[in-house]
Amino acid sequence: MITNDTVKYIASLSRLHIDDADLSRFGGELQNILQYVDKLSELDVSNVPPTSHVFRVENVFREDTILPSLSPVEAFSFAIESHDGHYKVPKVIE
Amino acid sequence: MDFETVIGLEVHLQLNTATKIFCGCRNDFGLEANTCVCPVCLGLPGSLPVLNRQVLFSGMKVGLALNCAINTFVKFDRKNYYYPDLPKGYQISQFDFPIAKNGFLPVITGGQERRIGITRAHLEEDAGKLIHDDRTNATLVDYNRTGTPLVEIVSEPDMRSAQEAYDYLTALKLTLQYLNVSDCDMEKGSLRCDANVSIRPRGESKLGTKTELKNMNSFSAIRRAIDHEVASQARTILSGKPVVQQTLLWNEEKGMTIPMRSKEQAHDYRYFPEPDLVPFTLTEEQIDAVRRALPELPYARLRRLIGQYGISEYDGTILVGDKLAADFFETAAAMKVDIKKLCNWMNGPLMKELNDRRCRIPGLKLTPQDLVALINRVEDGTISNLAAKDVLSDIVETGKDPNIVIREKGLAQVSDDAQLETIVDEVIRENPQVVEQIRSGKASAAGFLVGLAMKKMHGKANPKILNTAIQRRIANV
Repeated sequence: MITNDTVKYIASLSRLHIDDADLSRFGGELQNILQYVDKLSELDVSNVPPTSHVFRVENVFREDTILPSLSPVEAFSFAIESHDGHYKVPKVIE
Repeated sequence: MDFETVIGLEVHLQLNTATKIFCGCRNDFGLEANTCVCPVCLGLPGSLPVLNRQVLFSGMKVGLALNCAINTFVKFDRKNYYYPDLPKGYQISQFDFPIAKNGFLPVITGGQERRIGITRAHLEEDAGKLIHDDRTNATLVDYNRTGTPLVEIVSEPDMRSAQEAYDYLTALKLTLQYLNVSDCDMEKGSLRCDANVSIRPRGESKLGTKTELKNMNSFSAIRRAIDHEVASQARTILSGKPVVQQTLLWNEEKGMTIPMRSKEQAHDYRYFPEPDLVPFTLTEEQIDAVRRALPELPYARLRRLIGQYGISEYDGTILVGDKLAADFFETAAAMKVDIKKLCNWMNGPLMKELNDRRCRIPGLKLTPQDLVALINRVEDGTISNLAAKDVLSDIVETGKDPNIVIREKGLAQVSDDAQLETIVDEVIRENPQVVEQIRSGKASAAGFLVGLAMKKMHGKANPKILNTAIQRRIANV
């Protein structure tokens, strides 16, 4: 059962703001999604190895070779704020 | 109540590959902020990580050196949390199929050999660096470190004291240095360590509640932090209160810990398989090839040096503690030289020269041949021990042949009997009371005369020969 507290907790982990009025609606929707996915539990998968990737491809490597990085102009072109060659974000420690 | 301490350590090691773990940006320390970043390590939409082959192989080396089993199936997982040092909102790490597991490291601690269990070693990417800036009242972020390849090495809770933890870390760091996969420099943050500490009444098999210690920036700080925390937990229990499971930050200046805010501790990482990376399979042949290519590791080398050269565990530990010093020793030991003397010279005067110059063997111009030649000049009585130390200080700087330096400085001991006898006569004539003491049985008084004679000869005499000459002379007069 997805309680309002669970919805709040998931929202806080995802840094989402959810109005209290919407909590039970989202709880119900999440519950439906889980029930739908839960149908898979009806299958016997005891002989199926867990899927760790949907593609049947393995061992894709890159060699340890240096490639050009972004120029400072490019690196900061999408930054909302920057200061002295650094990305500037709201203070995370008081 | 008598308590037993239980410690497990988590070590993060930055690998010294040329590039980052999932992109071609340079993996370098100390570059200008945000100059080695790209869409992959900045986590820009549409970018895809690709594993650096060298990282997987370095991880295998670390695992094998720690006597671990290497997983033939390896995959990566997402560890989700929001923090500005993590641009993607998740860290690519390994959860259920790490590169290595179930190993151990032999550690000499308290005069005994202990095997400290290694639970696992896994690969992951480092996060960026945050600077909390009071001037702008903001947090500034440098993403150069983001995507630096890390191996996290998790030990079993096998250590029973802060000193054991210290000895384990010393042995681990040395092993990693021999592998040449990292510069293992705590000051640069390429080796970092967190400690899980708990105590329990001696004899109890259940583990007590643990606390996690972070923010120690040297091995001795780790030892101090653990000692501090053990005492603090004992006080808590003795006062009838429970130990609270929490993360503590060590403050080195104040010598105390500060709890991390509970908000920062509440983690729910929601691991799931990383869909942007395919799994990796390793064959037994590949694993064997890496195992065969491992260098001789410090513990094995120590055992071999003791067996092969008959040196003490103490001397051997010092030599093996610096791979290049041990190499130097073995090159010299293959020449005609007294091994015990060689050991003493390396761990004594040569070590002093290195410490004085704050450098390692390659920083000196000394060759193993020249050190052996110098030792042998002392052995054959050409120069005194004291003069030889003087020559050593010279040749480590200049790289000159010690025989030439001995000649240039006129350090060769006088073996001219006539000159020697004259001096001996002089000191005996000038010190009748001392001679009387020696005659009446106080043999140690002869040392005083040897000293006087040595002074007259400007240190260029062999003290043994002088002593014999003085004794003989007194007996004959």
